[in-house]
Amino acid sequence: MNKARSISAMVALPIVLVLLWWVATLGNSNPFIPKPVALLTDLWETWANSRFLEHVVPSIVRLLSGLSIAIVGGIVLGVLIGSNLTVRKIMGPILEFVRAIPPPVLLPVLMMVIGIGDETKVFLIALGCLWPVLLNTVDGVRSVDPVLRDTTSSYNIGGLTRLRFFLLPAALPRIVTGVRLSLPIALILMVASEMYAATNGLGFSIIYFQRTFQNGPMWAGVVVLGLVGIIMALAFRWFERRILSWYYAQRELETSG
Amino acid sequence: METTIEEPASATGILAPQRASFHDNPWSTPLLGAIGVVAFMGVWELAPRIGLVNSDYLPPFSVVMVQLVSLLADPVFWEALGDTMLSWLIGVAISLSAGAAIGLIIGSSEALIRYTTSTIEFLRPIPSVALIPIAIVLFGINSTATVFVIVWACFWVILVHVMSGIDDVDPVAESTARSYGLGWAWRARFVTFPTALPFLMTGLRLCGTIALVVGITIELVVGTPGLGELIATSQSAGNVSTVYALALLTGVLGLAINYGMKFIENRALHWHPSVRSEQPA
Amino acid sequence: MVDTQSNSDVLLSVRSMKKVYPTPGGPVEAVRDLTFDLRRGEFACIVGPSGSGKTTLLKCISGLMAPTSGEVILDGERVAGPPRNMALVFQEYGRSLYSWLRVEDNVALPLRAAGIGPAERRERVAEALEAVGLAHVPQSYPWQLSGGMQQRVAIARAVAYRPEILLMDEPFAAVDAQTRADLEDLVRSVWKKLGLTVLFVTHDIDESVYLGERVIILSSSPTVVQDDVRIDLPFERDQLETRSMKQFVVHRHHVYEQIQLAKRGFRAEDTRPVAVAQPSA
Repeated sequence: MNKARSISAMVALPIVLVLLWWVATLGNSNPFIPKPVALLTDLWETWANSRFLEHVVPSIVRLLSGLSIAIVGGIVLGVLIGSNLTVRKIMGPILEFVRAIPPPVLLPVLMMVIGIGDETKVFLIALGCLWPVLLNTVDGVRSVDPVLRDTTSSYNIGGLTRLRFFLLPAALPRIVTGVRLSLPIALILMVASEMYAATNGLGFSIIYFQRTFQNGPMWAGVVVLGLVGIIMALAFRWFERRILSWYYAQRELETSG
Repeated sequence: METTIEEPASATGILAPQRASFHDNPWSTPLLGAIGVVAFMGVWELAPRIGLVNSDYLPPFSVVMVQLVSLLADPVFWEALGDTMLSWLIGVAISLSAGAAIGLIIGSSEALIRYTTSTIEFLRPIPSVALIPIAIVLFGINSTATVFVIVWACFWVILVHVMSGIDDVDPVAESTARSYGLGWAWRARFVTFPTALPFLMTGLRLCGTIALVVGITIELVVGTPGLGELIATSQSAGNVSTVYALALLTGVLGLAINYGMKFIENRALHWHPSVRSEQPA
Repeated sequence: MVDTQSNSDVLLSVRSMKKVYPTPGGPVEAVRDLTFDLRRGEFACIVGPSGSGKTTLLKCISGLMAPTSGEVILDGERVAGPPRNMALVFQEYGRSLYSWLRVEDNVALPLRAAGIGPAERRERVAEALEAVGLAHVPQSYPWQLSGGMQQRVAIARAVAYRPEILLMDEPFAAVDAQTRADLEDLVRSVWKKLGLTVLFVTHDIDESVYLGERVIILSSSPTVVQDDVRIDLPFERDQLETRSMKQFVVHRHHVYEQIQLAKRGFRAEDTRPVAVAQPSA
């Protein structure tokens, strides 16, 4: 009974919105305004074929490559900077400044340095996503519990054991926050770089449809992009719940107790 | 089953403001920080000069600085800056008022929260850049398109922060206020508002950065007026050092916005424990 | 003064230890001049008024912090970092355990870092958990256990490490009275069984008299040794009987009096040589 209620609460508003949209566009013939049924048809006809392989898959590959580089690089640098006070103090202002530069600005710069290939896009995504991961890792490493740090030192736990069983897990909640913040940045940079200079990809397709006045496929492309964003957010939430299960369970226990 | 709103911290990355820790152990000291900055400039200056990188792609730091100074004397730069900041300001203002108002309405009602969660969680992750072509189709290549996309990016941030702020209201404070016979308006003024304000301020600070990034991205990609457009045209004209100078200037702008927003936040929250504890005892 | 280097009976020797913290408001002297010896197999308690530098002392002994001057000698070697044959149990049990590791892995981690193979690790962990009465929860996470049980995990970890000396920093200050009594008996039984040397820091006078064979009383800051008392209670101790014995009350009275004196700033400087020169019985 309750379950039925919560499901109805979940679907009620979307259904109403779609119905409103449908009714409002019934008699409309403006080519710029999409209609629900036509949009679905376009979605199917435009994307459910080889175009998906040619344009969506490369985008996803770029996105994931850039993101992976950023995560690995961010954690490695973050641990190095975070665990050394002097390095941190020397790097502080530079990091603060470079982070303040909006990443897309680097797009023209990178294009000059490494051309317009896939490397540029992957590198740009990696560079843009590096900062949230890096800064959060530094903060995570910096703010490990002093008692736990003393415990670890007093048992002579050092080197890789210390890194693997103490430092990384202790900083993990913050690292995950950094990665979560970098997801939308990755998507923005992927699309922006493809719109700016590319011959394939989701961003390229959308801007191409727009420039050639194919409004139906363009709208469908926007929907695909939206779906990619939503799927990424959901997948990450699932992943986060898994690798931080101890963290959430502990917090739940603390807040309820 | 109860309402299935995600815990705010995990769903949105919002933790109750925890700025104080930042000041226990400062990121830098003036001397070491200056050493870092000087070293950075030194490497940038030397790398192209000794041929480590091609100076056609990365001009020495001094060359970029000269270009930067001449940009500061150029009305074209100030015009572009004005366009960017105007879009930024309008975008943030619209997002703030709409997000706060709608967040307040939805957040005050259990039923509304229940019925809107799925829609909000569906719309929120749609990347703002996906709306660029739509904005161009609807408004043409101009600043209105920029504002539209900025509003999409920032509205959700404000909305979600306001909603978690209202969710954070202490039920004991709320029922205490009720037991003293405070009406809805008074409770909103003295209980809900002070609780939600830190969340709203955090949201606003995030929006300042997001709006700048999104705005410059659109200007760069489609050529709506502003700094992004100026960078794109300098690049296609081959003015390498101008591109770097502009990139540095957007960094300065980003920093200025960041500090400005932090300042506003601290002023608005000067009574809040998380801010008060930052002041030296 | 006793020549400690040649006396193999002495395990730990603190020589003229002094610790000054630099603070923005000028240097703060936490420990002025501490000198005492601990014989092998001894169970000594350190009590002192709050803020008497007990934690500073332990941190210097355990090599987590370097004293400003003076030295700590463990088993004939000067302590310069955390020594191999020493284990430390903190007051904050919740913060000294790894939340992401199960109980058995928490106990096993120091062994793993010491390069002990899996088979022996398993054996030692099982043995240690058995010894503290936690053999039934190896697969739990620490935060799923009560406070007292968490502190048992920390003790099991120390036991499995097989140190020669166990330092405990107010380990039971944050658990309830009943659990505390159980844990006190647990520590004494572990001490008897394993023949360890225990240095137990507490602010609780009853606890120090009940547990120790010897109680070292610290003065208030800047800290020196105020008094050093041998506790001649029977070897087998019992929460009910021992605590109602006449000697217990006498010792308790004496320690209490000394702490009151310490708080009022009276220094036993004249009597110190007497207090330090322990009868080597």
